[in-house]
Amino acid sequence: MKTRIVVFPGSNCDADAMHAVRNVLREQDTEFVWHKEGSIGRTVDLVILPGGFSYGDYLRTGAIARFSPVMKDVIRYANAGGMVLGICNGFQVLCESGLLPGVLVRNAGLQFACKEVYLRVENEAPLTQNIPMGTVLKLPIAHGEGNFIADAHVLEELEANGQVIFRYVDRDGNVSQNANPNGSMNNIAGIANKERNVMGLMPHPERACEAMLGSADGLQIFESLRASFSSMNGTRNATPDRAAQLTSSTI
Amino acid sequence: MVLWRHYPYHTLLKHFVYIAIERKEAILDPQGKAIGHALGSLGFSEIENTRVGKLVRLTVDAASPEAARAIAERAAEKLLANPIMETFSVIAINEEPILTAELTQ
Repeated sequence: MKTRIVVFPGSNCDADAMHAVRNVLREQDTEFVWHKEGSIGRTVDLVILPGGFSYGDYLRTGAIARFSPVMKDVIRYANAGGMVLGICNGFQVLCESGLLPGVLVRNAGLQFACKEVYLRVENEAPLTQNIPMGTVLKLPIAHGEGNFIADAHVLEELEANGQVIFRYVDRDGNVSQNANPNGSMNNIAGIANKERNVMGLMPHPERACEAMLGSADGLQIFESLRASFSSMNGTRNATPDRAAQLTSSTI
Repeated sequence: MVLWRHYPYHTLLKHFVYIAIERKEAILDPQGKAIGHALGSLGFSEIENTRVGKLVRLTVDAASPEAARAIAERAAEKLLANPIMETFSVIAINEEPILTAELTQ
């Protein structure tokens, strides 16, 4: 699985993502892409927008990163069906760029939330492919702006289409206000676009891939991404340059 | 009060364009709420509500205030405000930075 991790000025979970994919998942073809690059490269299978504080969170979280040179190519790649995972600040960048609906605003209660939370797997997407629906995962969060909001009709559409992938729940898997760390509408912790190739979540799976870190539940998410990449690319040998093909057909 | 002087059309003038950006009413403003509580405890019982927004000043080279406004509004639509949660408004266009509360439209 050829994975590219975009690094913006202010990204600070890029190395964690690299560790999770290259050392824990053991996917050797994993590289960083500096935000000034005009391209993420050819035949990429997964792009990760990591957590952090891109551009100091100036203006709005993710608002300036969204216009980084590399984002043009990420948007092109996503629109061609390429798999994109945005974690925390990466999720905020995806919302700002319009690849995902809604927006993430300041946590209700103003406090930066840094703790472990429980998430319930709500719907199928590449990042939950290996995980039975309803499973409760334990993952860390660390954000000041994770409060997901969207217009009423957008929210309705998200729910109707099964695009809500993760919800904040208590240890037993119940949705409750107490389990909601930031005030997100409908306890939303992670969503996907309609096509399910673009996914964003506020919790950090890359920080929870080994038991010694308190939870290895995050690894299930990366293993799912790999499994769905493998099944999506069953015909990969016949069409080795999928992204290039998609590019040539879309330009 | 600064009055607009008449310049030939081809002259580009510096315009200081002020854009106010506010969260939509329906969207929670925890910062405004916290400040509102502090004001309340200071005895400002007349202040019913406090909301915090942003003020952006753009220095724009343009032939006229109208042209400067159009450029600033394009910038706001593209980057400065997120229409999902915010609204913006050009609240003043001036030949000089406004240092007092006096706004010239």
